Amino acid sequence: MPDDFNWAIGGEAGDGIDSTGKIFAQALSRAGRHVYTSKDFASRIRGGYTAYKIRTSTERIESVVDRLDVLIALTQRTVDENLEELHDGSVIIYDGERTEMEDFEAPEGTTGLDVPLTRLAKEAGGEIMRNVVALGAACEVTTFPIEHLDSSLEKRFGGKGESIVENNRTAARLGRDYVREEYSDDFGYDLDTTEEDYVLLNGDEAIGMGAIAAGCTFYAGYPITPATDVMTYLTGRIDRFGGHVIQAEDELSAINMALGAARAGARSMTATSGPGIDLMTETFGLVATSETPLVIVDVMRSGPSTGMPTKQEQGDLNMLLYGGHGEVPRFVVAPTTVAECFHKTVEAFNLAEKYQTPVFLVADLSLAVTEQTVSPDEFDMDAIEIDRGKVVNESGIDEWLDEEGRFTPHANTDDGVSPRALPGTIGGAHMSTGLEHDELGRRTESTEVRIEQVEKRQRKVESAEREEDWTPREFGDPEADTLVISWGSTEGPAREAMEFLDEDVRFISVPYVFPRPDLSEAIDDAENVIVVECNATGQFADLIEHDALVRVDRINKYDGVRFKADELAAEIRETLRPATGSSTEVTAE
Amino acid sequence: MSSEVRFTDFKSDKQPTWCPGCGDFGTMNGMMKALANTGNHPDETFIVAGIGCSGKIGTYMHSYALHGVHGRALPVGTGVKLANPDLEVMVAGGDGDGYSIGAGHFVHAVRRNVDMTYVVMDNRIYGLTKGQFSPTSREDFETSTSPDGTMMAPVNPLALALAAGATFIAQSFSSDALRHAEIIEEAIEHDGFGFVNVYSPCVTFNDVDTYDYFRDSLVDLQEEGHDPTDDDAAKEIILDADREYQGVIYQDEDSVPYSERHGLDENMANVPDGAPDGAMDLVREFY
Repeated sequence: MPDDFNWAIGGEAGDGIDSTGKIFAQALSRAGRHVYTSKDFASRIRGGYTAYKIRTSTERIESVVDRLDVLIALTQRTVDENLEELHDGSVIIYDGERTEMEDFEAPEGTTGLDVPLTRLAKEAGGEIMRNVVALGAACEVTTFPIEHLDSSLEKRFGGKGESIVENNRTAARLGRDYVREEYSDDFGYDLDTTEEDYVLLNGDEAIGMGAIAAGCTFYAGYPITPATDVMTYLTGRIDRFGGHVIQAEDELSAINMALGAARAGARSMTATSGPGIDLMTETFGLVATSETPLVIVDVMRSGPSTGMPTKQEQGDLNMLLYGGHGEVPRFVVAPTTVAECFHKTVEAFNLAEKYQTPVFLVADLSLAVTEQTVSPDEFDMDAIEIDRGKVVNESGIDEWLDEEGRFTPHANTDDGVSPRALPGTIGGAHMSTGLEHDELGRRTESTEVRIEQVEKRQRKVESAEREEDWTPREFGDPEADTLVISWGSTEGPAREAMEFLDEDVRFISVPYVFPRPDLSEAIDDAENVIVVECNATGQFADLIEHDALVRVDRINKYDGVRFKADELAAEIRETLRPATGSSTEVTAE
Repeated sequence: MSSEVRFTDFKSDKQPTWCPGCGDFGTMNGMMKALANTGNHPDETFIVAGIGCSGKIGTYMHSYALHGVHGRALPVGTGVKLANPDLEVMVAGGDGDGYSIGAGHFVHAVRRNVDMTYVVMDNRIYGLTKGQFSPTSREDFETSTSPDGTMMAPVNPLALALAAGATFIAQSFSSDALRHAEIIEEAIEHDGFGFVNVYSPCVTFNDVDTYDYFRDSLVDLQEEGHDPTDDDAAKEIILDADREYQGVIYQDEDSVPYSERHGLDENMANVPDGAPDGAMDLVREFY
């Protein structure tokens, strides 16, 4: 891809890696460039290594690639960790005056730029600006106009006073000037700017913003990687819209608090990751049988058990589809991009209230912690529609009273959806329960009533299947012999992998896992069907095989790292033309 | 409207299936009286019930109610009250629900001081599962799962509440109808988390903590002239393992409930037709 540039800063945890990376990402975004970021938390080598990586282009990008052009290395380990990504022409910026970098030698073919980051930072007013000196140096290497960095620094430090901003600007210029004077080379990188407008955000933030846009006013949660950002985003912001975030003592409490708020009539949400979903599973059935609208977000990470908390996986699908004893009607929606995290959150609230069911919004680490540029037009607040479903007010209550004048919150209706009287509505007092119940919400063990209520709840799903639009997202050539299918976040790398392939591919990205679109026809039309997902067992591929009654090829990745576009392209190629003796199931390194 | 409400308005037409003589009858009657006496209306009241014999209470009372998952009644009540501060929220459950499976929630609900009432029907036994020891069972109490006694000290729920920073701690006896209703009434009127441990005897499975036992041993703190705002006196009562007390044991008169601390006074059930005003500012933040 032309103008595809890959940059990273790495060091020890606590070196300010994240915030420095974010400043540069923001500068690139403000310069009208697309940005796609990723974070290395832990490492192949043990220790506190952490890196913030940016892929940037003037064209749309949706994934990471195995390539690094400019690396700011605060530690030797940063270089060691990225040897495979470095190439002839890569530039490494380091501080040779830092004790451990004194004997540093840049790997063969790469160019090492020794810049006295700490000394120059002190000159600008403080050692703390060391990383900003490095950003200035990176601007020079890439001929990136430093004014965009200024603007990003202003955003980051504006709240701390003009002198702080000024010192940082000075630090950046000292870095730039040092490279200009000491190394007059042309490094071969030239980051163009454009007039495009972008905003830069991650999936957790997009989910949080989507919740507020949808009128969510209650969020209960317990901190857990990588879902915590949803909570920290909402804290302080949701309050401006009359809402509240409460930190629960555990996930058991979080989902029950959210359920309580939903019973009271608020649009209510909780977010967690796999281990939290394990605990919340206890309450899924209650949400469903009490017919409470609730949005439950699962930002997946590598499992099982504590697994790899800072690594990618799409492994919770079966749990979300089947978790909980008994049979629990539910919806499972899987946003495919950062922008879709916003839209699908809004949709989740409408589905929850229209059908009075739990709605699982399933994202994953690769969406959640990836800062990505999105056109602000994607977030058109005027286009937001709110559907509260069958909420009845005092004047509407009469229609839903039984012969003895009692409100029927679980009335057996044609579409399965019952009237909903919010507490405080005069004449609507009723109980709901996790016990099987009659139309009044009272416990029953009558076989007729049991069958009636099971079928009524099931009918809501059937109504939704009929009434709602479950169309998947489609890319590539609809006539192609090869059909690639993915769900959730794998859309980005799969979509981009198509650009690396010579053969035409039809690509269907599925954001609705349950109910889900029927892909049988597309599968019948194709010669090769490949389902791509980040887990070991092919949980989504199993569903597709079940739906279409065929066998499909599978590409599974479960090493904890998201798919990379070039790597996935190679695997698709190999799946289509398997080498003698190799399995069609390919596992990435 | 409130002046017309009688306590029977809080009664549903469903007949309780509790054993004849169960303490829960008295506990429930007192709750209904207290709710009516404090000017509440069934359509503006929310009862959250736990699991166990006590959990059936939501069915026998008339109000908005949720009969939830075992041990999680307090988190549900917290969500209801924060989302709509206009509702009177009362959470009811048993000693197993509150001090065993839900013990973690109890401690944190006390700390949060949400303005609601928590009534624990403490019978010192698991009744619905036909007689196993509960967290408040005595150390030498023999049951089907403790043939030689529990060999553990019972939980002291009052001390647990005290240690968690409770602003209202009371205890009542379901059989003393007048005092029980008065005490629940005081819990309702308390600005914050009103906690009442109610001795609610199980006539079927507990032959130790009986009506007679409580009648003979209960000391009424009102008669004793106890001042609930006296911290030291309250601590002494709570830690006294030799006697059973009835009355408001501790009350912090300066209690500021959660909603007030967080400035929550709107009914969150009011959702705008589209994105709320000012939502576009959220997008601008990401430039």
